[in-house]
Amino acid sequence: MNTVATKKKDNLMVLIFAAVVLSMPVWLQPFGAAYPDLMQKFVIFGLFAVGFNILFGQTGYLSFGHAAFIGVGSYATVWVFKLYTMNIVPAILFGVLVSGVFALVIGFICLRRTGIYFSILTLALAQMSYNLAYSVLTPITNGETGLQLSLDDPRAWDAAQVQGEGIPATNFFGMEMSAWDGLFGFYVCAAVLILGFYISVRITRSSFGSMLRGIKTNQQRMTYTGLNTRPYALSAFVISGMYAGLAGSLMAAVDPLAGAERMQWTASGEVVLMTILGGVGTLIGPVLGAAVIKYFENIFSAINTSVLADFYSFLPDGLIDIFVGVSALFVGKGWHLTLGLMFMLVVIFLPGGIMEGIDRIKNRFAKKPQQD
Amino acid sequence: MDAILLQILNGLDKGGAYALIALGLTLIFGTLGVVNFAHGALFMLGAFCAVSLNKMMTASVKVKDESVTFFEAFKEVPYLELWLGETGTTLISWSVPLSILLAIPVMLFIGLAMERGLIRHFYRRPHADQILVTFGLAIVLQEIVKASFGANPHPQAVPEMFSGTANVGALFGLGDNIVYPIWRLVYFFFSMSIIGMVFAFLQFTTFGMVVRAGMADRETVQLLGINITKRFSIVFGLAAVVSGLAGLMYTPILPPDYHIGMDFLVLSFVVVVVGGMGSLPGAVLAGFLLGILQSFASMNEVKSVLPGIDQIIIYLIAMVVLLVRPRGLLGRKGVMED
Repeated sequence: MNTVATKKKDNLMVLIFAAVVLSMPVWLQPFGAAYPDLMQKFVIFGLFAVGFNILFGQTGYLSFGHAAFIGVGSYATVWVFKLYTMNIVPAILFGVLVSGVFALVIGFICLRRTGIYFSILTLALAQMSYNLAYSVLTPITNGETGLQLSLDDPRAWDAAQVQGEGIPATNFFGMEMSAWDGLFGFYVCAAVLILGFYISVRITRSSFGSMLRGIKTNQQRMTYTGLNTRPYALSAFVISGMYAGLAGSLMAAVDPLAGAERMQWTASGEVVLMTILGGVGTLIGPVLGAAVIKYFENIFSAINTSVLADFYSFLPDGLIDIFVGVSALFVGKGWHLTLGLMFMLVVIFLPGGIMEGIDRIKNRFAKKPQQD
Repeated sequence: MDAILLQILNGLDKGGAYALIALGLTLIFGTLGVVNFAHGALFMLGAFCAVSLNKMMTASVKVKDESVTFFEAFKEVPYLELWLGETGTTLISWSVPLSILLAIPVMLFIGLAMERGLIRHFYRRPHADQILVTFGLAIVLQEIVKASFGANPHPQAVPEMFSGTANVGALFGLGDNIVYPIWRLVYFFFSMSIIGMVFAFLQFTTFGMVVRAGMADRETVQLLGINITKRFSIVFGLAAVVSGLAGLMYTPILPPDYHIGMDFLVLSFVVVVVGGMGSLPGAVLAGFLLGILQSFASMNEVKSVLPGIDQIIIYLIAMVVLLVRPRGLLGRKGVMED
């Protein structure tokens, strides 16, 4: 393969990606999704999925405990906010560092096994951290209430600045995250996502990346060639743990609180679903999957029966009730049912996710001229 | 001494539930080689068999309350009481044990439908795909139950005969201060007898022999002209019945809600791993072991030394076992080694 050409292509891809992400506030307008809260979610979960994909997509290790790193990242970040400064940069760096160390420990234990054992081990460890966060570690995590900022936090480095009334807002070197109607926070997250995406592209194209794919294809054969695969798998695990920690830190940066429910294993399942839905092992897929799920979650859970009744108002009277009744199961509080169904359908019919679907459609159109 | 016995008893009913679910998981894994993340949902469906039978039996009608004479008063009276009087009331109180009769065919049907309809298409797919699709199925089943029964737990009563406590201490001659709810003892014996039945079925019937042969070497059995796939589907149905019954009988101990299955599932996986993937006796042993250890860890004496240990003991043990003895306690060599 011509490496120079690939590199150019990759750079172009990252540029297009950056353009698409940064222009989100514009093109999401017609979808009714252009408000900062939701776009921040797109971006943060996109980052989480990109990181998860480095582990699952490249090495094939299915972790069911990745949400634990989100939790750890959030807690660490909020602690920096409380103790030192409201500037997000040191806080996020600290959050990533802590989750990296945490991932190193967990990865060291879990990667001694492969396959289903690995999945169960990560699940067990994540569940254990979740339980600990709720019980013994309450002094650190503040238990069920969640970790929040309070007025009497020391904030040692910020002392020089004038202490206004109320709790100060998180800021990026003085620029508050909630500036520009919250758009500033979104742009910070988007910049981080683009950087993270670029790094993941570089990792995929590097020799380290092909080593990881070698682990996925046939770990045994890799071992037979005299190669110790574990350091590579462990690095991938730590990197993806740091991505998750970064996502958690960003969550805390835009909304400075941290709760244990972020660590629950259903949250880990969600990121698996995002990656699968978008396309495992593809570069853009996970981000796409994360955006689709968060978008539909937002839209579907807001729909209630009166909206449905409006939607079906063209039908004859008797039918409206039936249609509304059936559809109501899938929207609003029943959104998880749709999610579960979507999950099953994707795994059954489209194991390669949206990206595979796009490829199929592309191939169909590409083949036609050849047949002529 | 009394405290120790009490903790062992405490562990037995929980351990029984773990053992039954883990037994089903292991059966499915040993025969079909499928990792079933929807198994917890089967436990929950079993529990909701009891809930729905109870709902059906207590379907009531408003009748005039004769005891109030000052004004028109109405009270809800179940049809069964109206038609059968005292017998009806007794029948209603027996709804949980009676629902076993309902649950066996229902769970068998659900199990077979699940295997034939979905899981059989996944035998040749990677384990990750199996995990994912059954995980999706678990969410769907859970949400359906939530939509039809609501999110609140549904407490179930036990027959009067089994309510109250038994003085276990006196039974063993250990003093009078060990009293224990009868239903939990019933649950323990129930789970033991189900486990016994499953083992007897596999050990002493021709069908069971074929299944065991198929677990050991599927291809050879097929070469002998036996349709092993069909038998394995039936085993899947049986595993569904086993965990359904486990859930059903557990309803008086823990009021079931829609996510009870998920809660038990994670623990049961740990149990299976500790016992040894593919080992039936291992699943049972580990189920009871972890149940008992968990109840020991929740003793105040232990908690004061190691705070929070009750929350994590099971996971901790699983980690140690996997690292020290990756095959699990009774796991055979070569079964899912990687």
